[in-house]
Amino acid sequence: MRKEIKFSGFGGQGIVLMGNIAARASAIYDGKNAIFTPSYGPEARGGAASSNVVISDDEIDYPYVTEPDVLVAMSQEAYEKYAPMLKDGGLLIIDEDLVKLKNGEGKVAKVPATKIAESLGKRIVANIVMLGFFTAVTKLISYEAIKKAVLESVPPKFKELNEEALDKGYERGKKVKDGKNGKMA
Amino acid sequence: MIKFYSGNIACAEGAIAAGCRFFAGYPITPSTEIAEHMALRLPQVGGIFIQMEDELASMAAILGASWGGMKAMTATSGPGLSLMQENIGLGAMTETPCVVVDVQRAGPSTGMPTLIGQADVMQARWGSHGDYEIIALSPSSPQECFDLTIKSFNLAEEYRVPVILLMDESVSHMSEKVIIPPKEKIKIVERKKPKVKPSEYLPFKADDYVPPMACAGEGYAVHVTGLTHDEKGYPQATSPEVQEKLVRRLCDKIRKNERKLRDIEEFEMEDAKLAIVSFGTTARSCKAAVKRARKRGYKVGLIRLRTIWPFADEYFEKIANEIKQFVVVEVNYGQIKLEVERCVGKKVHLLPKMGGEIHKPEEIYKKIKEVYNGN
Amino acid sequence: MEIEAETHPLDKYLRTDRIPHIWCPGCGLGTVLNCFLHALEESDIDLKNLAIVSGIGCTGRVAGYLNVDSYHTTHGRAIPFATGLKLANPKLKVVVFSGDGDLFAIGGNHFIHAARRNIDMTVICVNNYNYGMTGGQLGPTTPLEAKTTTSPYGNVEHPFNLCHVAAASGAVYVARWTALHVRRLKESMKEALNKKGFTFIEVIASCPTTYGRRNKMPTGLDTMRYYKEKSVIKHGIDPSEADIEIGGDIIVGKFVDIEKPTFDEILKKLEEKIK
Repeated sequence: MRKEIKFSGFGGQGIVLMGNIAARASAIYDGKNAIFTPSYGPEARGGAASSNVVISDDEIDYPYVTEPDVLVAMSQEAYEKYAPMLKDGGLLIIDEDLVKLKNGEGKVAKVPATKIAESLGKRIVANIVMLGFFTAVTKLISYEAIKKAVLESVPPKFKELNEEALDKGYERGKKVKDGKNGKMA
Repeated sequence: MIKFYSGNIACAEGAIAAGCRFFAGYPITPSTEIAEHMALRLPQVGGIFIQMEDELASMAAILGASWGGMKAMTATSGPGLSLMQENIGLGAMTETPCVVVDVQRAGPSTGMPTLIGQADVMQARWGSHGDYEIIALSPSSPQECFDLTIKSFNLAEEYRVPVILLMDESVSHMSEKVIIPPKEKIKIVERKKPKVKPSEYLPFKADDYVPPMACAGEGYAVHVTGLTHDEKGYPQATSPEVQEKLVRRLCDKIRKNERKLRDIEEFEMEDAKLAIVSFGTTARSCKAAVKRARKRGYKVGLIRLRTIWPFADEYFEKIANEIKQFVVVEVNYGQIKLEVERCVGKKVHLLPKMGGEIHKPEEIYKKIKEVYNGN
Repeated sequence: MEIEAETHPLDKYLRTDRIPHIWCPGCGLGTVLNCFLHALEESDIDLKNLAIVSGIGCTGRVAGYLNVDSYHTTHGRAIPFATGLKLANPKLKVVVFSGDGDLFAIGGNHFIHAARRNIDMTVICVNNYNYGMTGGQLGPTTPLEAKTTTSPYGNVEHPFNLCHVAAASGAVYVARWTALHVRRLKESMKEALNKKGFTFIEVIASCPTTYGRRNKMPTGLDTMRYYKEKSVIKHGIDPSEADIEIGGDIIVGKFVDIEKPTFDEILKKLEEKIK
């Protein structure tokens, strides 16, 4: 089954890296087909940033995301810009402190990714917290795969921090998935 | 080894794997990552990276490096390819092996620097003045960016001609699995060298269209000129006979080898009544559309051109009768369409796009239905 | 009985089967080439590793007469071609031989950047004040008020002072001579050939056919007389003070001779570092 995922937020949050890690994890470590396409160029630098991933067990022909099954939004602007693209019945994942929902949402999963990152001492790893959360909630990528892809993407001295960030997000996601900590709305 | 590469990085890695040890270039979107990656990689393998002052210089430098004995490459996009044309002509005339990567963006002029176009097809073929032939290949995936870059170097060496790798912005920036074979499994072609003494060597005499090449410092004291030249390499700029012989050979060495150079992927073509013709990233959308149409009983197939130039005239002439209708899908206003039409001798349908995005499978599927049902 | 022709001692440097050359009577190019052959004869240069690169124009034809690896490229692009050639095969001694229009108008950008990078090559520019091959149009060195086919009422453009351009761009060796100064020119060529880095020699040479006859110097001899009368040797002078004007002194000499690491030397060091 073809699944389309859009990661979005603002410049500097590591949105492009999120997409790259997710697609690489799926393609290399889960052995699926996966494509990553970044938003690109000067127009992509300011304002809402996004990166796109398609995952499939079959050959992927059309490479772009047009109707995401999952939209990850880490800023209000990104949420407002991309939420209308979300597929009917698709899942919206937000950083609950950065995105205020408007009415009429379908499935939503919330995580205080930036706050969790701050509690680890580095706000910069909010994207990795979010990746952990995304992995647990969607199960589109295996935990082992995302972990390998994260660890090979960061400099050695930040491995521990990123592993912790990933795990915190993942645990949080599992709880949400199991309905223990604020069900998926 | 499995890597997760963008098309641009896969292209640069393909070049290194092919033995490219010289890169001269000038930054231009959307090809810049190729130069950046070569700047990172070449010093690690004893190669040379130089950022030149413009594309005119970049093209001249890779010709010089090729005569200096190295496999050389440059990478650019539309506006840069325009500037390179004069020395692509020198490369064709002096039979200098080299690879020019053109990551196509939407033009004309500055156009849409960050978005796809496929409108450099004719420029790749006819961009420099005079009669000459060139080889151009077009990849549809990062894997093919790797594979076809290696192939470009091999063909450049075998035929002694600049080879243009016609990538597009979409394939250059998408990342996908790329399988890198072990070194010993990669076929590498080297240019033919002279086996005779310098006194007996005629640098532009070819027995099979392609003369052996002596580089600078090898003791052959070769004269190389962009002027019309005889087999000795000496200018004969007022002899129509020498011009006739030279230009015929330069063109025929590619034309007469078209069948060998042909590289076409056929998909669902066995019983097809309608054929989609496409290349580059756009062909991926076409494949999705063909799959959808097949599910609904349309006898549709896809002809994907991996070799664009020389054009597969004979191939299209042969299938012209079996295939009722041709639809060319390309991100331009009908460049390959003209070629297909020329070969099949009947009207060919076109689904163009002016640039900035590739066709969505739905659009192509709709066109298939329209043409198939004769609406 | 066959009579064996006596060969000239410098014939070994020439593609004698291409002589006679295409240059006009009274042209300075033959003299300059002659000086170059003598410079080769008197230096210790391995001909196997000597490569000559030219652009387009009358001087551009020099490459075709030398019996070494020689490349006659496109208009203005001799220097970037030579850059690739030299970097790909560092054993080569690369000499660019071309004209003022080729090197400083259409190829001006390449000249300044190769000098800036200090690419190890010798550039010999034969400056005849005009485009000779195409019939005598104004060029980047045509003196103010000089008459050419595209400045029939006199040139309204200020010319380049080539030595000033070369020095300002970073050349490690800069000299200027006229085609009259054959011995000094030859010595300069020897110096430049034996020096590492971007070395530059400007040779002012006559072009009676397309420039001289429109500017009161209808024969090569007239021009030589003019050089004799106007040339002033000033070694070490700041090249910015060596502008060329009609009727003014022609300041010649060696202006710059400095040491600076070359592109390939710096690159070698970098390669060692990242190994």
